[in-house]
Amino acid sequence: MKARVHVMLKNGVLDPQGEAVRHALGAMGFDGVEGVRQGKVIELDLAEGATEAQVTEMCERLLANTVIENYTVEMSA
Amino acid sequence: MKAAVVVFPGSNCDRDLTVAFEAAGADVTMVWHKDDALPAGVDVVGVPGGFSYGDYLRCGAIAAKSPICRSVAAHAERGGYVLGICNGFQVLTETGLLPGALLRNAGLKYICKTVGLRVETSASDYTVGYNAGDVIDIPIAHHDGNYFADDETIARLQGEDRIAFTYTDNPNGARADIAGILSPNRRVLGMMPHPERAADAGHGGTDGQALFRALTGALTTA
Repeated sequence: MKARVHVMLKNGVLDPQGEAVRHALGAMGFDGVEGVRQGKVIELDLAEGATEAQVTEMCERLLANTVIENYTVEMSA
Repeated sequence: MKAAVVVFPGSNCDRDLTVAFEAAGADVTMVWHKDDALPAGVDVVGVPGGFSYGDYLRCGAIAAKSPICRSVAAHAERGGYVLGICNGFQVLTETGLLPGALLRNAGLKYICKTVGLRVETSASDYTVGYNAGDVIDIPIAHHDGNYFADDETIARLQGEDRIAFTYTDNPNGARADIAGILSPNRRVLGMMPHPERAADAGHGGTDGQALFRALTGALTTA
């Protein structure tokens, strides 16, 4: 079992790293990039039988700080 | 007064904090992150600055789940005092002892300099040595010092007089210029600036001394 967790800063929370990337893209001549948000991906290798509920609990308790971040979980075989 | 200073892998202000507590008259024990109990009779726990666990995942996140932090949380829940400075403030928000979170500085740069702090309240055993409205000079040294909380939390902090310090010239984008906040019972203080680095004439400033003296005085006479 694998789980892939995407963690992103919530909308409305300033993402200075994303802003820096947006500026760099503009400086390189890529026009029309109106916003960049930078997050992280955490891949978990799980024992057989692990459930999405367990991964969600991991997100709530450690992997994401829900004061500032949203997360999504994708499970795959 | 008995103090404990927690040491995580990556702490780098633990000794400075110990020296500042000792200079103010406290009896200090340093406590390792894998210990699961605080020494008996501890009045105040210091959570020092640094880069606990290398700031992996998020600053303070892994430290907040360490064995010693369960005891620190229990100490706070019993009404004990906890002082978190810089990375220690990040740890206290990650444990939920203080609301909000610390984000990357708005300007993206690590900032190390002395800044002006306005004392917003003298109504705590940490800040009673100052007058509300005093401006003091205290060093900052952080990359993730941009305090964030939602509107409701900011309003609650303001309404309950729980903002201890604000920046006179906000260096990092913190909401409402917040540099330090108190818990509802005013016994947990988290702040990004480093009073322990301004607690001895040899540091080039002594504006942080009053915080340690006030706390030690309050807890020794209590």
